[in-house]
Amino acid sequence: MKAHGRVHKYGDNVDTDVIIPARYLNTTDHKELAAHCMEDIDTEFVNKVKDGDIIVAEANFGCGSSREHAPIAIKASGISCVIAKTFARIFYRNAINIGLPIIECPEAAEKISDGDEVEIDFESGVITNVTKNETYQGQAFPEFLINIINSNGLLNSLK
Amino acid sequence: MGMTMTQKILAAHAGLDEVKAGQLIMANLDLVLGNDVTSPVAINEFNKAGFHSVFDTDKITMVMDHFTPNKDIKAAGQCKQCRDFCSEYKIKNYFDVGDMGIEHALIPEKGLVAPGDCVIGADSHTCTYGALGAFSTGIGSTDMCAGMAKGKTWFKVPSAIKFNITGKLPKYSAAKDVILHIIGMIGVDGALYKSMEFSGEGLKNLTMEDRLCMANMAIEAGAKNGIFAVDEVTLDYIKDKVNREYKIYEADPDAEYEAVYDICLDDIKPTVAFPHLPENAKTFDQIGDIKIDQVVIGSCTNGRIEDMRCAAQILKGRKVAHNVRCIVIPATQKVYLQAMQEGLLEIFINAGCAVSTPTCGPCLGGHMGILAKGERAVATTNRNFVGRMGHPESEVYLASPYVAAASAVTGKISQPSELE
Repeated sequence: MKAHGRVHKYGDNVDTDVIIPARYLNTTDHKELAAHCMEDIDTEFVNKVKDGDIIVAEANFGCGSSREHAPIAIKASGISCVIAKTFARIFYRNAINIGLPIIECPEAAEKISDGDEVEIDFESGVITNVTKNETYQGQAFPEFLINIINSNGLLNSLK
Repeated sequence: MGMTMTQKILAAHAGLDEVKAGQLIMANLDLVLGNDVTSPVAINEFNKAGFHSVFDTDKITMVMDHFTPNKDIKAAGQCKQCRDFCSEYKIKNYFDVGDMGIEHALIPEKGLVAPGDCVIGADSHTCTYGALGAFSTGIGSTDMCAGMAKGKTWFKVPSAIKFNITGKLPKYSAAKDVILHIIGMIGVDGALYKSMEFSGEGLKNLTMEDRLCMANMAIEAGAKNGIFAVDEVTLDYIKDKVNREYKIYEADPDAEYEAVYDICLDDIKPTVAFPHLPENAKTFDQIGDIKIDQVVIGSCTNGRIEDMRCAAQILKGRKVAHNVRCIVIPATQKVYLQAMQEGLLEIFINAGCAVSTPTCGPCLGGHMGILAKGERAVATTNRNFVGRMGHPESEVYLASPYVAAASAVTGKISQPSELE
């Protein structure tokens, strides 16, 4: 299982309010949420994001509210994986639960630049920066996690 | 090796004699909570997964508080979805407009959480109930869905940071200042994945409302939960609210902590967290003249009766400054009624404040006090992220009810002593 795409790079403490502002939480529709993804931190994100793209950020990505709408908006935007130095714990759990792959890898978070082309192998945890010709070792996904991601979320994987 | 208070509660709910930090466990739940924003996502998942029953109709609660009274047609639809679900599954503790309150003020008031409980809520500020000596943590909607269906969830047992509280708060210093001081000290990810455990001889000088305010903001340091040792103050608070059995857990004397901080309440000064992170805490010697446009006094952090009294103490006989809007939101119907009976609402209205029915409203930029581009608010709420209360170029400064009320009077960020 692999992800491959261009990187959208952000800094520390990207909170759930900038990922999906609360003013749009009057819907649970995935496409409507995606239409406002990252709006308060990067108004161009929704115009430039392509299927398979990857978000890379620094520490404490997804801090703040428990809104599952945040990983849902990211996933529905076409993002195939989020790499960060660290994740806030509720976001971490929510992302896995809805089937959005996320990887903690401080080295990748530091060295990957905006616009780099990156490939991730989830079974081995190896992150390849095609643009810079570098590799970084992230956490490998255990089988149950691969199963959750492939099933498109925790509840589907339990069926 | 001994266990922390949190570890003991988790071990008991997993049916284990002992747990260690990092261990993965499956725990039984005493309460599963959701609101009008997070529950609809959980209900969709519940239906998609094909569940036909909930684990216990008494141990699930839904509170319509974020966008209520319904701010628009879509928000009304979300509340209707929750209402219909709770009717269908006979969920007893469903709270709607008229008897609702902001969930984390309402749930303790209704006696739905007791010491030693294991609680999850699809709202990050679910950590508030740690004030009662319960393990309580925020989760997302999928976990809420699974919790409603099965009454269990998995946890990674957290390690802990201990805060040893001594002393007594000086005049015009508040619990909010203590927690902003702590977050300023350890940072917004200073307790990431960990418990924040509060104990020490100074606890006796912190009321239950003080503790609810502090535990509420544990998430702003990234914590999994905040928890207070149970004492006379706790027992006095729950005695006419909780009428079921509960168990009190204490940390072992040899429990392991990743860090121990001594917090002397005598040294706590009025504190303001500057945009755009709660860790940007400053005391007034570091604050210059900052003009403001709005003040919000309320939220799950500071919308309780003691907060209303603090604000009224400052606003009594004074007027809100020209061109400043001051919005006061008692957090529950009970607080609202009590504030009315004590004459606090009259003080607020005479001062030129708007007083609202309970709602989370402006705290998360939902409704009832949204900021325009370039505007500044002092709020007793819990987050000051970019765009939190409105326009992405507006600013939120977090403070206590004392500081918020004083700022409303002067029109700039001020502490009460400036009015004397």
